[in-house]
Amino acid sequence: MRRGRIEHSSDVHERGAPVPSSEWERASMILGVAVRALLPLLLLFSIFLLLRGHHAPGGGFVGGLVAAAAVALYALAYGATAAQQLLRLSPRGLIAAGLMTALASGLVGPLMGAPFLTGRWVKVGHLELGTPLLFDVGVYLVVIGVTLWIILTLAEE
Amino acid sequence: MQLIFPIAIPLATAILGLFAWRWRTVQRGLGVAGAVALLIAALELLKSVWQQGPQATWIGNWPAPFGITLIADLLSAIMVVLAAVIGLAVALYALAHIDPAREAFGYYPLLHILLMGVCGAFLTGDLFNLYVWFEVMLMASFVLLALGGERAQLEGAIKYVTLNLMASAFFLTAVGLLYGVVGTLNMADVALKIRPLASSGITRSIAFLLLTAFGIKAAIFPLFFWLPASYHTPPVAVSAVFAGLLTKVGVYALLRVFTLIFPDDGRTIPTVILALSAFTMLTGVLGAVAQGEFRRILSFHIISQIGYMILGLGLFTTAGLAGSIFYIIHHIIVKTNLFLVSGLAHAVHGSFDLSRLGGLYRTHPGLAVLFLIPALSLAGLPPLSGFFAKLLLVRAGLHAEQWGIVAVALGVSLLTLLSMMKIWAEVFWKPKEDDPPAEDSLALPVFPVAECTGMMSRLGFWSSAGLAILTVMIGLGADLVLAFAEAAAEQLRNPDLYISTMQRGRP
Repeated sequence: MRRGRIEHSSDVHERGAPVPSSEWERASMILGVAVRALLPLLLLFSIFLLLRGHHAPGGGFVGGLVAAAAVALYALAYGATAAQQLLRLSPRGLIAAGLMTALASGLVGPLMGAPFLTGRWVKVGHLELGTPLLFDVGVYLVVIGVTLWIILTLAEE
Repeated sequence: MQLIFPIAIPLATAILGLFAWRWRTVQRGLGVAGAVALLIAALELLKSVWQQGPQATWIGNWPAPFGITLIADLLSAIMVVLAAVIGLAVALYALAHIDPAREAFGYYPLLHILLMGVCGAFLTGDLFNLYVWFEVMLMASFVLLALGGERAQLEGAIKYVTLNLMASAFFLTAVGLLYGVVGTLNMADVALKIRPLASSGITRSIAFLLLTAFGIKAAIFPLFFWLPASYHTPPVAVSAVFAGLLTKVGVYALLRVFTLIFPDDGRTIPTVILALSAFTMLTGVLGAVAQGEFRRILSFHIISQIGYMILGLGLFTTAGLAGSIFYIIHHIIVKTNLFLVSGLAHAVHGSFDLSRLGGLYRTHPGLAVLFLIPALSLAGLPPLSGFFAKLLLVRAGLHAEQWGIVAVALGVSLLTLLSMMKIWAEVFWKPKEDDPPAEDSLALPVFPVAECTGMMSRLGFWSSAGLAILTVMIGLGADLVLAFAEAAAEQLRNPDLYISTMQRGRP
């Protein structure tokens, strides 16, 4: 029921986040507005954590949790369906993509004649990009996928 | 290098299965293709281990005691091949016999995750990593067990997961203590560093903790009760792979740890294992006599067979270990096949209850032959694989002058035959009583059968026939299999080769 209402109201507003129905809005207007400001910030922060994890505390796991929390917050404010639309990819797809990324990062080693999961780097200007980062990106995606799969399934019930 | 494939292939298959979640046909194709690829990789691995000795790879290029090492000696390679054979047989069987609902809920990806866990456990050279693979296996098997959510299934799954988690807790405690004592978890490194401490109290405590942990996993006496409580609840496409592989991972861990890390401890541990083996054989077979359900009888026989497998470890001679390894090879194929046959009988009459089945010899003579081959092999009739497996163990027992255990092994063999003949008489020989099928389906939870026709529906039969042919071939080519088993046992008895292979990766 709630899902239908949100979809309907999202047609009215062009672009941006779907705005919930009037009674919904009354219940959570502060949250709704706050989430629209917080969502990009949290997503940026999660990517910052992911990249920072290479040398300092952080990494794919916490980064993924923060990103998942951002989407979960969005789901709280605008409903699970809207969050699903925001994601575009299904949580299951995210998990599969993440696992594939991690596996691929491990297979770079064997392709270059070293054991599985051996770190390999390329220099791009001042940046050193390597397979550990790729692996971490995989973890990041898997964590987002798993967390959101659980949360969105629970939210839909 | 080759070593990573038996782990990477099932993982890749499962990932592709996740991508293809909504396309069941693609998932089915992937399930079989992945199993075929795994079998090829496993055979390649066995070939190179046979020709060039133990192989190792140092994950992430971290040197031996620090990183995780994957290492395959002959025993590991043989076990990986067996896992792949069972994976392929069950995947083919599932094409015809798993219901669409379970397929849609990811049966094939889960099956491959389970295979990944099993292969990982066989290949790892690190105790903590072994724990991780046990958990991977446990999670996949828990979901497979509960998949479908029938009442009996959930009950079985709860018992299964609770007791297996306890085993994991014991295992983890032992690993923690071991790390505290020797400061390393690489198996070869532990084996070297624990030698001066071999007779200390803490070492013995760790050994017995590990014996308890792996004992629960392997379902040896008196820790077997989770197995008959859970194995008959899921559909056959699930329980067949459990019956073939899961307890054998526990047996493998026992073989590995008690030959490599705690090889000789004033013969205390071998003596304990020998006694446990006798009780395991006896309780398993006696438990089976009291049962009247196809799969429950088979489940109890798994326990009794585990007794044979650890018998050789208890004797602790090369001949005994060779007998154990031969027995594992024989058992994995035969037991999986018996479960598949129980599923085929269920597909005909819609029941696993012996009293409700009957007359299959008349209507399905092919199925009757398929049952007889593994059943007689299990009981140990020549020229099938079980005869040679038991012969080797009995001969090793006689050489070691363990008369008691030999007597138990022979007696249990007779009881096994009795049990198999009971199934034969009830399911195949006696005329089927005509009860209305409608009542039948009301009285028992019947698993919905996959909707498929023609060639597809015969796949279950042919995968079972393939395993039966393997059983006969192991019997006829027993000296070839024995050569493998003896070479593997030789490597277990002299772990220096294993240790030096591991240390090639030293910094």
